[in-house]
Amino acid sequence: MTAAAVSPPVAAPPAAGKRARRARRTELILLVLGMIVVVGYLAAAEANLLGTITPDFWVPAGILGVIYGGMHLVIRLRAPYADPVILPVVATLNSLGVVFLRRLDLGGVKTGERADYSILAGEGGRQLLWTAIAVTMAAVLLWFLTDHRTISRYAWTLGFVGIILMMLPAILPRRFSEVNGAKLWIKVGSFSIQPGEFAKLMLASFFAYYLVRKREVLALASKRVLGIDFPRGRDLGPILAVWVLSLVVLVFEKDLGTALLYFGLFIVMLYIATERVSWLLIGLILFFGGAFLAYFLGKLIGGPFANFYDRANIWLDPFSGDRAYNEGYQLVQSLLGLGTGGLFGTGPGAGSPGQVPEVHNDFVFAGMGEEIGLIGLTALLCLYLLIVVRGLKAALGVRDSFGKLLAGGLAFTLGLQVFVIVGGVSRLIPLTGQTTPFLSAGGSSLMANWLLVAILLRVSDAARAPLGAPGGMIRPPASTPPPGRAPVGTAAAPAGTRRNAPTPQPTPGTPSAPPAVSPGVPAPLPGTAEQPIIGGDVDPNAETEMIDSPSRPKENP
Amino acid sequence: MNAPLRRVGVVAMVLFGLLFANLNFVQWHKANDYRTSQYNGRVQVAEYDRQRGVIEVSGKPGAQSNSTDDNLKFLRVYPYKAEFAHVIGYKPVNGEATGIEYIENEFLAGTSDQLFADRLRDLWSNEKTPGGNVVTTLSLRAQQTAYKELLNNANNAKVGSVVALDPTTGAVLAMVSTPSYDPNVLVGHDTTAANRAYDRLAADPSQPLLNRAVKETYAPGSIFKVIDSAAALERGYTMNTSIPAGSSYTAPGTTHAIKNAAPSICPEAQVTLIEALTESCNTGFAQLGVALGPQAITDTAEAFGFGDDSLRVGQLGKDNGILVAPSQVGRLTTDSGGPDQPIIAQTAIGQADARVTPMQAALMAATVANGGVQMQPYLIQQLLGPDRTTSYGIAAPHKLRDVCSSSVAQSLQAMMVSVVENGTGKKAQIDGYVVGGKTGTAQNAENAKDHGWFIGFAMKDGKPLVAVAVLLANAGSGGSGEAARIGGQVMKAVIADRGGK
Repeated sequence: MTAAAVSPPVAAPPAAGKRARRARRTELILLVLGMIVVVGYLAAAEANLLGTITPDFWVPAGILGVIYGGMHLVIRLRAPYADPVILPVVATLNSLGVVFLRRLDLGGVKTGERADYSILAGEGGRQLLWTAIAVTMAAVLLWFLTDHRTISRYAWTLGFVGIILMMLPAILPRRFSEVNGAKLWIKVGSFSIQPGEFAKLMLASFFAYYLVRKREVLALASKRVLGIDFPRGRDLGPILAVWVLSLVVLVFEKDLGTALLYFGLFIVMLYIATERVSWLLIGLILFFGGAFLAYFLGKLIGGPFANFYDRANIWLDPFSGDRAYNEGYQLVQSLLGLGTGGLFGTGPGAGSPGQVPEVHNDFVFAGMGEEIGLIGLTALLCLYLLIVVRGLKAALGVRDSFGKLLAGGLAFTLGLQVFVIVGGVSRLIPLTGQTTPFLSAGGSSLMANWLLVAILLRVSDAARAPLGAPGGMIRPPASTPPPGRAPVGTAAAPAGTRRNAPTPQPTPGTPSAPPAVSPGVPAPLPGTAEQPIIGGDVDPNAETEMIDSPSRPKENP
Repeated sequence: MNAPLRRVGVVAMVLFGLLFANLNFVQWHKANDYRTSQYNGRVQVAEYDRQRGVIEVSGKPGAQSNSTDDNLKFLRVYPYKAEFAHVIGYKPVNGEATGIEYIENEFLAGTSDQLFADRLRDLWSNEKTPGGNVVTTLSLRAQQTAYKELLNNANNAKVGSVVALDPTTGAVLAMVSTPSYDPNVLVGHDTTAANRAYDRLAADPSQPLLNRAVKETYAPGSIFKVIDSAAALERGYTMNTSIPAGSSYTAPGTTHAIKNAAPSICPEAQVTLIEALTESCNTGFAQLGVALGPQAITDTAEAFGFGDDSLRVGQLGKDNGILVAPSQVGRLTTDSGGPDQPIIAQTAIGQADARVTPMQAALMAATVANGGVQMQPYLIQQLLGPDRTTSYGIAAPHKLRDVCSSSVAQSLQAMMVSVVENGTGKKAQIDGYVVGGKTGTAQNAENAKDHGWFIGFAMKDGKPLVAVAVLLANAGSGGSGEAARIGGQVMKAVIADRGGK
């Protein structure tokens, strides 16, 4: 991969460097805008909670700004082409989470003591610290992981550890793992982590690796029913395995949300890899079938299914009878908080989010909803959607299948997690104990989600960098191009013509003498031979690459 | 792989669209329901943000809100505990207030239209002006005396009630019902504990939560004879007119003989009306009732307020006062429309289906004392602004109804004074004051002890000062005498509270 790759950079730098600089400038401006929103929130919260605005009300936003500024510098140095929207959006969400938690802390102390409340104190201070740690971890990952495909080397390890982490809380005795009826934790003394948050990343990495290898097999159709191709029965193995696994989670960790998350992640990645809608249908049927089964088993025999049955009933009618004061209390208070906020909200600091139990954690969205109203929550949802869309865009842009699957899967999981928890607290779906990414208090969730962001940034950098640009960390995909396709990387010219260019040279009828034929294209074949990720068949793969290529010029105007 | 990636993007957008639609439902469509939901603690937090006004009794706080360190910034406190529980009521964290707390809820809370200017001021001062203050008509000393006397009555009656009125205005001076309860346990910020306390009181068979002064009716017994007397005087009788009496009377159509409480009472064939009332002559009034007929008795009783099912006691000019249960005479005619003489005879001595509330009994005495004019009873003397100086209205007493002519009323006064000076109500006498009254002993359920009653009034220089009704339910023998004594004590307390005027 040398000659073809090395030649273009000579032309690339000026334009590419300019593009990178422009992207980073956009990122900085957006970051500053985000911090201005946070400063505004802090001012409003102090005005409402203290009756006055202290001179140093902006300090939390300042500290956060410095943390994100550091991340921005790392991106400048190590991923200069990365999507400029992702960091500011995530930073804004994360900061609003921190200052909302600080606002909860202030609400918990007497009015007179609020002005002197330390920035590092309480849940808000802890979250600020966690943010610093999580962003640092993301920066370190971004710094050292110069190519996202490196992850695929550790896929089996990650997958194994991921499953262990996922199962661990289910296996551990209740006192080590249960919080609020859901066994999602590992608690040791005062220290506790939610391993599922990390398992999510690891399993996504493993799935991406596994599916890239198996996609051809899984994409094989055997039967066509109602215009949809269904896979062969024997190929159903992996999906059934993951389904069983997620049902185990559902039953033993008592958590529908987590089950939905893992299962959704797998199904969506399977669909992306195989392009077979049938997998989505099978997945949906299996999931809802499983959920209904769990509901009726809970009704009939109770036992491990009882929890899910109860939660479903709370969801169906949280206000019935005494439920609003007992098992339905959390959801009812969440709804009342959201309703009290109404269209515009009471304003930061002016509501009583403390009425909602677990408001710093699972119910942070409802707590914020009371104060920022439907308008504010819609803005938050848009921010989340922006991350998801940008992540998917990175997946679209990147050239290797592993990167596509990884970024697509992670971006979608993030969106799915938001859906599960926000849908839960607003009674769209049964409530489950998920964290709200970037908003909920807690280090596990923050760290895992920032690592996810680092990966998305890395993939987006690869997607947006011109091939071979010196600033871009990406090298021409070691795995991707079939022999004839190597020159595609030189951009501009349509792939088709390039592809044809080298081929006429071999003399028809003399395939046995390749080395002599084309001196201009030195030894591309060994590269193809060591393509573990791509799988044997070149053809379907080449086609995808063909689809990818035309979109490139559009994305890099 | 790009086509499915794009479709996954569409799926994500659909999911977020669902979230958005559902948030619209929750935060817009259902917002009002949720905002005002009974489960929504914010309603209370907002309410407790503003210091609730004071309910004053004789210049002292009968209910006040003290600041706390709680989420709810003020705790309602009732310094007199059980003594004023029914009349002042209580304002729980969850649920509806009772008594004056209910009647003047908006004014006390500071949310009434009258206090709009004060709330407007809040916008500039950034403070929550406390709610308005309510000055009651109640007399601290009279109320405390009544409660103490009921609690410690010589007959050990558990259930009783006292109502004291100013006959000339209708102002309620005392309103007591026993057994009572400590309202402080119902207004605690620990709503679970408060609910538990309420459930315990609600389940108590002695019904401590019931305000018997206005919500419960009792057989009036001999105090009903005041109605008979008024009916007779209206129809040409004088207090010296002789009426047939005797030691026993059996009404036509029955075998049940009506006797007097003691053989010594009116064994003569004829007694004067005043003598009959003084001694509480059953045979005389039974025959008088039969002679007057059903219409006369019903009309007179209704003139005194029997059958009024819309009387409310609260703030004059407002219709949200405490509803007084209607007192009743009962049906005095047979199915064919003719007089039901056995029933009339029983009713005339306050038995059969006749029932009165202590409030109605007090109104009877007050009407007699006030020359036949019944004043609208009320509890709220004045509304004061949060500053305690701005007045938002002083009670303007007004007539409820003309009951009887002043001459009839004067005769009734004389007859009732005779009861206290010479007859059954001697224990109600007050030195230096002219006291009139009527005792009553009412049989009620079989195997249950008789109720003891006293209604009366005190006058000085021809001017009525106070009227009172005392009920000792199931007090048994001597109950009416004890009731008379308590009535005297309460009236004395009212007079003392006013400096003798």
